[in-house]
Amino acid sequence: MAVEQKTVATTGNVLVAEAFRQCEPDVVAAYPITPQTTIVEEFAKFVAQGKVHTDYVTVESEHSALSACIGASAAGARVMTATSSQGLALMWEELHIASGMRLPIVMANANRALSAPINIHCDHSDIMGARDAGWIMYFAETAQEAYDNTLMALRVAEHPDVLLPALSALDGFITTHSIDRAEMFSDEDVAAFVGEYEPERALLDVANPVSHGTFAGLGGTFLEFKKAERNAMDSSMGVIKDVGAEFAELSGRPFDVIEGWGVEDADYVIVALGSTAGNARHVARELRSQGIKAGVLKIRIFRPFPFTEIAEALASAKAVAVLDRADSFGAEGGPLFLEIRSALFDAQKRPALVNYVYGLGGADVRLELMHQVFGDLADLADGVHEPGRLVYLGAR
Amino acid sequence: MSGKKWDVSKMDEWTAEEFPRGATIPEAGNSADYVTGGWRSERPVRDESKCTQCLLCWIFCPDTSVRVEGEEVVGFDYDHCKGCGICAHECTFGAIEMVPEGCDLPEVK
Repeated sequence: MAVEQKTVATTGNVLVAEAFRQCEPDVVAAYPITPQTTIVEEFAKFVAQGKVHTDYVTVESEHSALSACIGASAAGARVMTATSSQGLALMWEELHIASGMRLPIVMANANRALSAPINIHCDHSDIMGARDAGWIMYFAETAQEAYDNTLMALRVAEHPDVLLPALSALDGFITTHSIDRAEMFSDEDVAAFVGEYEPERALLDVANPVSHGTFAGLGGTFLEFKKAERNAMDSSMGVIKDVGAEFAELSGRPFDVIEGWGVEDADYVIVALGSTAGNARHVARELRSQGIKAGVLKIRIFRPFPFTEIAEALASAKAVAVLDRADSFGAEGGPLFLEIRSALFDAQKRPALVNYVYGLGGADVRLELMHQVFGDLADLADGVHEPGRLVYLGAR
Repeated sequence: MSGKKWDVSKMDEWTAEEFPRGATIPEAGNSADYVTGGWRSERPVRDESKCTQCLLCWIFCPDTSVRVEGEEVVGFDYDHCKGCGICAHECTFGAIEMVPEGCDLPEVK
């Protein structure tokens, strides 16, 4: 049975900061960047007020932020941080170091466009730059999910069978800054859920000396280390599901790596990451009331990618639209489209697919656009359109 | 430290999962086991007649490869000397000469 929780009306960023506080990290090293700023601002306030006993390190850049996190994590600390956009881009080399060193750092990312032209609003160009970096990736649709994902991400990252860093992504401004209704656990319930972090090999454990960040450039062992990392990422899927089931029990909120609405018998399905799933679901509901079998598939875990779950979920659809809030210039489609088309390749039965790049730099995701996509899907199923197209949705 | 030596004798046969996670080394002080003498293209040779036992070479050697016994330089640790030549450069008395490695290589493991 779910534990008692407190209903709050607040922003996604405040909820992420609250999640951090409740996880009691030993170290947070962060640099402020719009629209992540209120996470670290709020958290710094908790530190100043003595509400959390964290060593909060103010640094001169995101490169330094994640570097400090890596050092602290290797030392044996529980470490969390947050960033966005250019900040995440500046962390690029450290992203790979954190995962290669198998350090379970949890980072929230306020999804935002990358320059140029300069833009501070939501898209997934920043976070998709981290897709090959060996980080587990949770995507939130709502402030509630941002809170929940952050708590689960820590449990998964620190799990002895995983030991990989994890990103908890929420859409810039849409989710980070809008006031939303959410349920918060008591501090005691979170403490019990996340438990104590017991590092396997800590630099501060002087009784058991260890070297971190070593050289594996001679003798061919590098390949083995990367294979172990791949295996850890693959097997984290089981841990994500187990932790998710435990969390669902505790919270009363169902969790799955993919979450379908009306997908089971849908002819037309929109697949989306993050906040857009809500817009799509709203329109799917309208269409259902008109007898059109519309469905929405939300991807909550992007890394490891739930290939088999998605292939099964989409098997009976006639036409599917994959919505990408980032482009992979020169590729056959956006990052999500490439994954989904790959997931379907070995399926016995697969729907016609079309790819939309949408909402870049916070371009409005209006309900009419969702209507347009569902309308296109009907045409696609009827053979009016060729499958596999890439459309810039709503662009002039 | 448990006192038990980290056994890497079968490292060539280890599978990916048998390596320490994240390429950590779960032991201290084992760099002596790693023979780096083979990196050397020139080796230091000391002329005892010029050597005043000032120990500058011992102080400057970045690889602790100047062997000292009873406060006197007795030779070089060719298993670990990388032949950087700092000892020869720092020697005030010209007692150390860098000699190209060739067919008469001293035995390195």
